[in-house]
Amino acid sequence: MEPTSVIGTKNKKGQVFTDPRIMMREAPRTPSFYTGSEVIKEAIRRASIDVMIAYPITPQSEAAALIGELFAEGYIGDYFRGESEFAVMSQCAGAAFGGARVFTTTAGPGTMRAMENFPMWAGARLPIQCIVTCRGINSPLSIQPDTIEISYLMQTGMLVWHAETAQDFYDWILVGYMVSEEPEVHLPLALCCDGFFVTHTKDVVDLTPTDMCLPPYDPYRSPVPCMDMECPPVRMMRDPFIMKSNYISYATHASWQQEVWAAAERSRKHTIAWLNGLIETEDVEADVLIVTSGTAVSQGREAIRLLADEGIRVGLVKIKTLRPWPEEEIKEATKHATHIIVPEFNVIGWMAKEIKATIPRSERVIAGPRVCGGMTMPPEIIVEEIKRALGVRSGTLAGRG
Amino acid sequence: MSKERIKISPELYDIMPSDYQDLVSSATYGKEDRGWKDIGTSKELIEQHSLCAGCPESMAFRYILASLPNPEDTVMVGSTGCTSLVFPMVAVHNIHSLFGNQNAIASGLKRALSVRFPDRIKDVVVLAGDGATVDIGLDMTLQAWFRQEKFTTICFDNELYANTGGQESGLMQKGFVAKMAPVGKLFDKVRLPEIARESGCHYVVNCTVSKPSLVEKVVRNAVLIAREIGPTYLQLYTPCILEIGKNSMEGLQEMRDSEKPTERFAFKEYISEPAKQLLAERDAKAKEKKAAAKQLVS
Repeated sequence: MEPTSVIGTKNKKGQVFTDPRIMMREAPRTPSFYTGSEVIKEAIRRASIDVMIAYPITPQSEAAALIGELFAEGYIGDYFRGESEFAVMSQCAGAAFGGARVFTTTAGPGTMRAMENFPMWAGARLPIQCIVTCRGINSPLSIQPDTIEISYLMQTGMLVWHAETAQDFYDWILVGYMVSEEPEVHLPLALCCDGFFVTHTKDVVDLTPTDMCLPPYDPYRSPVPCMDMECPPVRMMRDPFIMKSNYISYATHASWQQEVWAAAERSRKHTIAWLNGLIETEDVEADVLIVTSGTAVSQGREAIRLLADEGIRVGLVKIKTLRPWPEEEIKEATKHATHIIVPEFNVIGWMAKEIKATIPRSERVIAGPRVCGGMTMPPEIIVEEIKRALGVRSGTLAGRG
Repeated sequence: MSKERIKISPELYDIMPSDYQDLVSSATYGKEDRGWKDIGTSKELIEQHSLCAGCPESMAFRYILASLPNPEDTVMVGSTGCTSLVFPMVAVHNIHSLFGNQNAIASGLKRALSVRFPDRIKDVVVLAGDGATVDIGLDMTLQAWFRQEKFTTICFDNELYANTGGQESGLMQKGFVAKMAPVGKLFDKVRLPEIARESGCHYVVNCTVSKPSLVEKVVRNAVLIAREIGPTYLQLYTPCILEIGKNSMEGLQEMRDSEKPTERFAFKEYISEPAKQLLAERDAKAKEKKAAAKQLVS
């Protein structure tokens, strides 16, 4: 079945299955004032989800529960609360193996508990979408925003995108399925945002019409067989490779791992089309650039405004996708910069490390400012970091004596 | 899936593997009264296996696959362990993902199949070892039962971790000296069949696989009850002859010794009231059909 064959027909809620290009780019938008959690619900209402599996963990609990309401209203095929994030991610895998479009959400320690599942999802080529509302994972217990978990997700083989705003979130949830379900991609997507900052604040978001929804997932476009006994079950191999310690066995595993990462690379062209590029730039001719992702970008914008008032010109690179990593785009955007400032909401500075490993003359990268454990990032500390880098005297910030 | 779906194009017939040709020409997909007696006469749904010579698990595998009432619409879920060495050679769709998450996978799978095929029967059968079922995966085993997920859980109980070399497991007998139990296991064999009953399973059996007819009966009951009512659980003794110091020929005797009335694998069966009613209806229908057939002949 071609996915386009259902375009124009209605689902049981009366929504019209719509060509995603028309739905996302041409259909009228209605500005709505919603929290990030409500925005997730509204995106999922239009995403033709077969199965959603939920588990409570702050700060994603509200979104996960709101999607339960969608199930009660009849917008989702099935919905239930699993027993832990590890179980939930396996339940999601089971549903995706069975040919369903699957959605789930998690955060912080939940991401870590579920972690064994993520490389399995990628290796099994399951195009599950998991919203990650990032929060601290350390002990002592913290529920506050912190993006450290993204650094683990980046090594799993999943696509990893980092939304800055609720609008990003709304659009990317919907187009995320279009990218990850491409036969040549067919990978899970971790769609990350900074917990609380995005989930619990209200923002104006332009929504697509309620009576339009994505075309349903077609599991028979998958590059691996759907486990529903609707296609011939063939013996996969005479001896499982796990039993073998020989070159063919190693080469098989190696080539499959390479294929998973190659599939992520192949997502580039689709992602560029849907997200209008893997990065977004402003004034990259400036000597000083702020390069980062998530809400650190928003704080960077404020810092740029403050510095402009003082006559200091600073440009911006917003990184939208972390996997695939926009290597060429970042190289190009930063080629004129003498100072590359990387503000981050985590203690280790994974973004700065990635950028340093990408660009020539990595000493241009200033790995900070960094906040963590739930601290906010006042634009003033970014301003101060930039001034220090430029050798400009600035007043001492309170508490940073 | 009907048998039609696996037919080979005449143009390509000669280049298909002979295993596949046999599957199409003489497997028992769609045969209503398929069972263990088909073994050796029809193409089986399991090819060669890479288990040890004489492994009772290989017998159990063959009996179960021959007994599935609806293999053409059955998806199996396995876990890491000796079973995962066999599944790649099984001619029904099967999923291996991680160690211990089999009942979570099956929960999602069964729900997806119910959403996608609301008017069709799609059976889900979990088959995993005792480490996967009772130790690392116990949480997910029980939670699937609490939620009344409609699939069958089969545990191959060999009372240890066989695939990793014979370490202590929860289903090991108390006092057994094994790797990681250097002074003998200090606590009793976990009583999962009783726990299964209390957790909401509608059909629970504890037995060995020494008698193929018995395996056939309990598998058919378990799959039918899971399909119509709720979770079912089979705990089958498949001794690891290697790790308990037996020879290849001694697996069957080991099972016979362990199923004596006072032994730990004496046949035990629990059937919930709704399940009893379902089986009675099924048996009545079968009787009726038989009588009608008899009348037709005479």
